[in-house]
Amino acid sequence: MSTRVVDPNAHITVRNLTMAFGDFVLMRDIDFTIRRNDVFVIMGGSGSGKSTLLRHMLGLIEPAKGEILYGDESFTNADEDARQRMLRRFGVLYQSGALWTSMTLADNVGLPLEEFTDLSPADVREVASLKLALVGLKGFEDFYPSQISGGMQKRAALARAMALDPEILFFDEPSAGLDPITSRHLDDLILALRESLGATIVVVTHELASIFTIATNSVFLDAETRTMAATGPPKELLHHPNPKVREFLTRGGDRNGAEGHPA
Amino acid sequence: MATAERGEVSVTRTADGTLLVRLAGAWRLRGALPTLEAIEHELGASSRPRAVAFDARDVASWDSSLLMFLVRVREECEQRGITVVPDGLPSGVGRLLALAQAVPENKDARGKAKRVPFVERVGLAALAAFDAASEFLGFLGEVTVALGHVLRGRARVRAGDLLVFMQEAGAQALPIVSLISFLVGTILAFVGAIQLEKFAAEIYVAGAVGIGMTREMGAMMTAIVMAGRTGASYAAQLGSMNVTQEIEALETMGISPLEFLVLPRMIALSLMMPLLCLYSDLLGILGGFAVGWGMLGISPRVYYDQTVYSVDLGDVTGGVFKASVYGILIAVAGCLRGLQSGRSASAVGEATTSAVVTGIVLVICACGVFAVAFYILGI
Repeated sequence: MSTRVVDPNAHITVRNLTMAFGDFVLMRDIDFTIRRNDVFVIMGGSGSGKSTLLRHMLGLIEPAKGEILYGDESFTNADEDARQRMLRRFGVLYQSGALWTSMTLADNVGLPLEEFTDLSPADVREVASLKLALVGLKGFEDFYPSQISGGMQKRAALARAMALDPEILFFDEPSAGLDPITSRHLDDLILALRESLGATIVVVTHELASIFTIATNSVFLDAETRTMAATGPPKELLHHPNPKVREFLTRGGDRNGAEGHPA
Repeated sequence: MATAERGEVSVTRTADGTLLVRLAGAWRLRGALPTLEAIEHELGASSRPRAVAFDARDVASWDSSLLMFLVRVREECEQRGITVVPDGLPSGVGRLLALAQAVPENKDARGKAKRVPFVERVGLAALAAFDAASEFLGFLGEVTVALGHVLRGRARVRAGDLLVFMQEAGAQALPIVSLISFLVGTILAFVGAIQLEKFAAEIYVAGAVGIGMTREMGAMMTAIVMAGRTGASYAAQLGSMNVTQEIEALETMGISPLEFLVLPRMIALSLMMPLLCLYSDLLGILGGFAVGWGMLGISPRVYYDQTVYSVDLGDVTGGVFKASVYGILIAVAGCLRGLQSGRSASAVGEATTSAVVTGIVLVICACGVFAVAFYILGI
C-alpha cells in the first residue's frame, strides 16, 4: 500500500483501486480523496464504471487491488462487524429508488430505525413522518411505493437514506428518469441536506446541469483508457489539459477548438 | 399487383467503364428483395467495371429494403476493389448508407461467441455442478449461523413478517393440499384394492392407505405442492427484489438479507409443513375411506378400527418430522435461487423454475435418505 499520510480532513480515500470482473479489468489506478462536507461527483460516459465504483465504495463488490478508507479506517480490510458499523453511517439512494415494494413509505423509512435504534414503534413512526416531511412527502406515510410517481419514489428513497442521519450520503444517478424540473428540485434538496446535516455527499451522475450546480469536487472516469482522467472541481476541469474531460463537460462543444466554456 | 410492390433493378455499362445500376419501382420490405445476380455477374465479368453508379430517378418509394440491397452491393464492390458512387441515390438513402459504415464493425464483440469443444463443455458443466453444490451447502451454513444469532438473541425475526408468511404458507395452502391429498388417498386405495381383492382381503386397504399416507405420501405430496407453490413464490419475490436493487439496499443499510428475508420464510414454512402434513394425512385417509366405503363396501366403523389398529404413533411422527425437514429444504432452495437470480425478467423466471426443480430434487433425495435411516433405526 502507499505510504502517503492521510489528509486529516479526508472523509473518504480511494487508493490505487483496480476494479475487475474476473480477467476483465474495468478501471485501474483510481486514486482520489473526498473531504468532509464535499459534494463529490463521480462522472464519466456510459459504461465507464461510475456505478461500479460506487458499489465498490459500498462494499457490494470487492476491489481487485487497492483499498478504500473512511476517515483513517480501512473499509476494504475491515472485518465483518467493523464493516457493518461503518455501513450504518452511510445512506444510499439507488438509481431505481429501490424502495422495499412490500412495505409502506413509513415502514421503508422506519425499518432502519427499528433495526438500529431503541425507539418505540410510535417514535419510529414519528421520525419516519418527519423524514418524509423533509422531502415533501408528508401525508404519504401509508402509501406503497407502487402508488406514487417516480419522482416521489426517489424522494421517499432519499428519506429512507437519511433515516439514521448518515455522515455520508451516496447517490446513484439521482436524476435518471426524472424531468428537468424535478431533478433540479432534487439537486436543491441535496444541497440543502449538505448544509443542514453537514453530511459528505457522493453523487454518480453524467447530468452536466447537476454537476455544475452541486459539485465541489469530482473525478472523471475515462472508459477508453480504463482509468481516471482527472480529479478536481468541475469548473476547474473545464481547463483540464485532457481534451476528453473538456469535451465531456461542454457536451462535445470543445471539439471545435474553443478553450472550454461552460455550456 | 405483385410487381408494383417490388423494386426493380437493371444494369448497363456506360462508355467510360462505369456500371450504371438503374433502380425503379416501390422498394418495400414486405415484397421480396431483388437478387444481386445481375450486378454480381457484371462485377465478376472479365472486363470489370471501374466504378458503380446509380440511377434512382424511377424509384417510387423506398424503405430499409433498398438500404439493405445497397449495403450488399457495396460489400460486393469493396471485396473487388471497385468504387461506389452514391451520387445518384435519393439523398436520404445516401445519408443512411454513410451512417451504416460510419463506425467500423467491432470485431471483439463478435469474437466472444466462440465455439467451445464438447470435452471442455462437459468439464465446465461438471465444475458448475460442483460449484452449485458447494454454494448450496455454504448457504445452508449461513442460514444456520443466522438462525443461531436469532436463537441467542443477537438478531430477531419480525413477528409481523413471520405471521404473514405463516398465513401464506399455511392456511392459504389448505385448498390445494386438500384436493391433492384426498386424490392420493383414493389412488392408494384403488391400487391396494385391485391386489387385495384377489385374496378377498379388501379390509387391509384401510391399513395400506393409513400407513402409506402417514409414513410417506402425506409429507411427500405436501412437499411437492409447497415446492411448486411457496418455493416458487419465494424465488420470484427475492429474485424481483434483486432486480430492483431492494436486496442491495438492505445490505448497504447493514441489514442482513438472510436474517430479514430468508429466516422468516424458512421458519414459517418449517412450522407450517408439519401441520399441513397432518392435515394431508387425514384427508388422504378420508380419500381411502371414500373408496373403501363407496366401492368395497367396508363399513365406516370397521374402516376406522382397521386404520387405528394398523397406524401407530411412530408412523405419524416420522412423517411429520420429515415434512418439517422438507419445509426447510424447499424454503432454502427457493430463497437461494431468488438471491442468486440475475437482474432481468427472464432471470427471475429461470430462478423460479430452478427453485421448484431444486426443491423437488432435494425432497426426493431426502426422502431416500430418510427411508434408509428409518429402516436402519427400525422406526
